[in-house]
Amino acid sequence: MITRVRAFGAFWYDFVVGDDWRVAIAVIVGLAATFGLSKAGIPAWWVLPVCVLLVLPLSLRRARRKD
Amino acid sequence: MTAGALFLAVFLACVVEAVEALTIVLAAGTARDWRSTGLGVGAALIALAIVVAALGPALTAIPLSALRLVVGGLLLIFGLQWLRKAVLRASGHKALHDETAIYARTLAAAENAPPQRRGLVTDWYAFTLSFKGCTLEGLEVVFIALTFGSNQHDIPLAAIAAVAAVLVVAAAGLAIRAPLARVPENTMKFVVGIMLTSFGVFWGGEGAGAHWPGSDAALLGIVPAVAVFAVALVAVLRHNTPVAVR
Repeated sequence: MITRVRAFGAFWYDFVVGDDWRVAIAVIVGLAATFGLSKAGIPAWWVLPVCVLLVLPLSLRRARRKD
Repeated sequence: MTAGALFLAVFLACVVEAVEALTIVLAAGTARDWRSTGLGVGAALIALAIVVAALGPALTAIPLSALRLVVGGLLLIFGLQWLRKAVLRASGHKALHDETAIYARTLAAAENAPPQRRGLVTDWYAFTLSFKGCTLEGLEVVFIALTFGSNQHDIPLAAIAAVAAVLVVAAAGLAIRAPLARVPENTMKFVVGIMLTSFGVFWGGEGAGAHWPGSDAALLGIVPAVAVFAVALVAVLRHNTPVAVR
């Protein structure tokens, strides 16, 4: 039973998070920063685009190093 | 623009996933038993219908800002993973997705597996192979169609795009009885990665309380910007392409 629960959890982790968990963490941090800035009345639309600009090259660099 | 983009993103994503599922189904049916393979496909479609029936109404009941925050975040994570793989493939750092090679491997494995009967299913291997293939590829289709559809308040349009894609691929597969190797799958995955990432950025930002300059028109800037960035990354990475996968 535990093995099946673990396999179920592993499947969903792989399905959503995929090969690089840091991407998921960066997106969550980006969303939190957007929320925080918006609540403070500061324009925050630029946070997620900057997040993509930083995260994708770093994730690609890690993937290349694995090769 | 958003309705057209919604249709395009869901249609392309569904074509890609349907082509991959078709390869597995063809291999299972050709090497083993078409009846058991068909039962596997049917069981997978029922399982996916249950997922849609459970998640669809639940998603429409969630307030829009919360939905956009969660779904935008998930789409962005999902989209960045797609885009990452697409950039690695396009730059030669990861082998291109080759349906003919996958078909040959799956066929060889299916031919060597021992036969086993379970209940109504005469060939359990063919059943589980087609069931797993269709369920796993179908889950991605369901996820993309439901998230795009619910965010745009147009699940019917997303469903039409998904069903149209599956019907087109199934008809082509039945007609030629071979993997659809000529479909530009890698290019389509690249485009889908751009769309998922762009919509994830847009909806995630809106859900978290940001106001986009130009409102919905901001997507007209986000989509090309992400595309140009991804193409630029491909160009940069191509400088150090490993010869083996080129």
